[in-house]
Amino acid sequence: MQTSIIDALRDTEDGREADRILRACTHCGFCTATCPTYQLLGDERDGPRGRIYLIKQVLEGETPTEKTQYHLDRCLTCRACETTCPSGVEYAKLADIGRDLVDRQVERPARERWLRWLLRHVVAYRRRFAVVHALGQIARPFLVGRLAPLRQKLPPRRPRVDWPQASERSRLMLVHDGCVQPVATPNTNAHAARILDQLGIRLVAASGAGCCGALSQHLSHRAEAHDFARANIDAWWPYIEQGAEAIVITASGCGASITEYGYMLRNDPAYAEKAARVSELARDLSDILADEDLSALADIGGGRRVAYHPPCTLQNAPGLHDKIGVILAGAGYKLTHVSNAHLCCGSAGSYSILQPEIANQLRADKLSSLGADNPEVIVTANVGCQLHLEAAAGVPVRHWIELLEPEALKPVRAAAA
Amino acid sequence: MSELPAAHAAGAGAPAPENDAKARMRAALTAELPEEIVLHAEEDLRPFECDGLSAYRRLPMLAVLPSTIEQVQAVLRICHAHDTPVVARGAGTGLSGGALPLESGVLLSLAKFNRILDIDTANRRATVQPGVRNLAISQAVDHLGLYYAPDPSSQIACSIGGNVAENSGGVHCLKYGLTTNNIVQIEIVTIEGERLTIGSPALDSPGYDLLALMTGSEGLLGVIVEVVVKLLPKPELAQCALIAFDDVRKAGNAVAEIIKAGIVPAGLEMLDHPAILATEEFVHAGYPTDAAAILLCEIDGTEGEVADDMARVREVVEASGATDIRISRDDVERALFWAGRKAAFPAMGRISPDYYCMDGTIPRRALADVLIGIGELSEQYGQRVANVFHAGDGNLHPLILYDANQPGELENTEAFGGAICRLCLEYGGTITGEHGVGVEKIDQMCVQFPSAELTQFHAVKAAFDAKTLLNPDKAVPTLHRCAEFGAMHVHHGQLPHPELERL
Repeated sequence: MQTSIIDALRDTEDGREADRILRACTHCGFCTATCPTYQLLGDERDGPRGRIYLIKQVLEGETPTEKTQYHLDRCLTCRACETTCPSGVEYAKLADIGRDLVDRQVERPARERWLRWLLRHVVAYRRRFAVVHALGQIARPFLVGRLAPLRQKLPPRRPRVDWPQASERSRLMLVHDGCVQPVATPNTNAHAARILDQLGIRLVAASGAGCCGALSQHLSHRAEAHDFARANIDAWWPYIEQGAEAIVITASGCGASITEYGYMLRNDPAYAEKAARVSELARDLSDILADEDLSALADIGGGRRVAYHPPCTLQNAPGLHDKIGVILAGAGYKLTHVSNAHLCCGSAGSYSILQPEIANQLRADKLSSLGADNPEVIVTANVGCQLHLEAAAGVPVRHWIELLEPEALKPVRAAAA
Repeated sequence: MSELPAAHAAGAGAPAPENDAKARMRAALTAELPEEIVLHAEEDLRPFECDGLSAYRRLPMLAVLPSTIEQVQAVLRICHAHDTPVVARGAGTGLSGGALPLESGVLLSLAKFNRILDIDTANRRATVQPGVRNLAISQAVDHLGLYYAPDPSSQIACSIGGNVAENSGGVHCLKYGLTTNNIVQIEIVTIEGERLTIGSPALDSPGYDLLALMTGSEGLLGVIVEVVVKLLPKPELAQCALIAFDDVRKAGNAVAEIIKAGIVPAGLEMLDHPAILATEEFVHAGYPTDAAAILLCEIDGTEGEVADDMARVREVVEASGATDIRISRDDVERALFWAGRKAAFPAMGRISPDYYCMDGTIPRRALADVLIGIGELSEQYGQRVANVFHAGDGNLHPLILYDANQPGELENTEAFGGAICRLCLEYGGTITGEHGVGVEKIDQMCVQFPSAELTQFHAVKAAFDAKTLLNPDKAVPTLHRCAEFGAMHVHHGQLPHPELERL
């Protein structure tokens, strides 16, 4: 596509990068076919091609208003468009640049600014989020009337699963802990550690590591995201030097961000090399387990019907491999048929909080596809999708790793009964 | 040159002040329609300035995004009353600029009409809204063992309303026909805002075949708001042969030989060397990157039919000098063979910043000569070209690679494209196979048709749209325009339309 980036931007890193990405776009419109918001809203401005155009205008010197911001905000950043783009347009990278540019020129209303600040300064920090979460649990009985919708945002408490006893294992892997997951669904990593322990792999969570940076990245605070990335690299590096084989990802949303560290910090001489190494080491838990001998788990599923929702970040982001269906089928579960598996559930990081209307519509569509073939349980691979779906699902929604531990099945069965 | 849709000159120009006509139309529209579906600011309109042919761009005066037929009727009625032209737009994937807006007109988006209304398995019909994606129809009836046959390369995204307007084809049209052969009824809204049903659920109906007239009318006669399509049972078996050649001429001759042998493939496609390289990089379909050309030949039917025909195809192409023949072992491999072809156009974005997709047809026997002629033109104009096309029906898609950021390259590309069109005509072909005329090939229409025929085309238009408000200045050139064009492009020393006075 023809471009004429204004002088003020042309020679900046963002300007060059945006121009490179834009030039690959041929305006064919294939991307609109897999874009959840375009399919829902039928508005060019709510599809990737239209958003690319909105961003292009700003790069070419037009002054954006809150309307451009509105349509960029409505993008889920699910990256489904990238999978159908035959020209290899790196939409998500362009969207980050575009949002940043627009947010610098268009001030948001106070309420929105406040909400975004909270997301970046509370949710992204495990301890702060834990306090809010605990307060929320106390307040749960009082969330009635107009406050009732807030109750949906609070995951119910479950009995804690213990990590395996510290033991000497020949193999070492890091696990990314993140910000929301250790508070909202702490059992996910505990299950992962227990399963890997049985396979002779010691899983460690480095202290000092935290949010992957995705929240800030998608809220137009890329420098802040880069700081999160550097902090994680610093926390993980000693283990990597000790021979940690991989950084295990149990929340695919974080995985998509960590596999981009190499790209994010490519211009930081102190971190570029380390970041690239970290991105290489980041692997989804399913990718790790697919390489191991899981024959001991062959019958634990007992033919129980499971609907699997693949998160966008596993389906669409390059670098992470989704082998969950194969693992669950190998463990004796029956995967139900789910139509339109490629469509986003509406969670999309902070999207379900910032764009509840579209998020809830996408969730309703997703739950109807997931429930169509009568599953006992819905599983997914990302904490965001899990909590978002759970809030409205008629059946339990779990992280898939829970199904590989027989004791985890009990509450599933109880809840389903 | 005043009539030339010089959209590429428009670019990101200064915003026009909201003039009287615009304010009047906006007021008239918002009096009957919700304000938020009538777009008027440049910021909102810019994404609508072009369709799949992004070399041509023009900002519409207003864009309207209706979601009910009543709203479509209101838009057309108001435009008619105010003598304001209207351009309808579906998925915006067209490759001839058919949905290019007008500065003084309303762009009418039908993208919100994306529901399948009824699936009638007993009669194998589906009633769909115009914004439904082509592929979505086949996906929705897949579990019933049915599909919708026309499958343009953009089928994942293009919408059925646009398919009807352009009479789209696709790889399967060689055996199963174009859009016109696969629909039975449409509902349109006329420029006066009236609903009109054309065609019928029966196989034939008395009177003129207006459905055939409407199909391929490029939005000049009415706005399509509902389509009843035919559904076909999926064949018992389909296999695709991937056939490689070390010489384009041998590949071209093989196509003619297959058809001469009386075989009717479900699809017969050809890609030349540059096209193979570009698509292979994206799709990894296993195309031989050292081949000068490949043919994809699909045979479908019962198991016996497929086995017999495939054996004959093998015989014919071996005799024509094929260097390698691979036959798909299952549907996964067959889909992979096709995936490269389906993504071939936009995959050009990987080897060139821009590409210009041509669309001409020629008699099959001339395939090799025309391909070699295009190669010579490529050298003459100094621009790369990749060829991807429906070889079975002689529908060529030369893709001229260029860089729109280089001054003069687009103009050179267009001149190159015009030369290819003339080459097709010299061999007894036509200037468009399936992408439509739009704005892109409107000048070539002057070369294809004498003025008596164009006069009749205008008479048909006038019968539906006397004020010439529906997608004006597209598809059928005015005689005046042809006279101007002829003055600039004298061909073999002969002026087309010598009866007209030159300006």
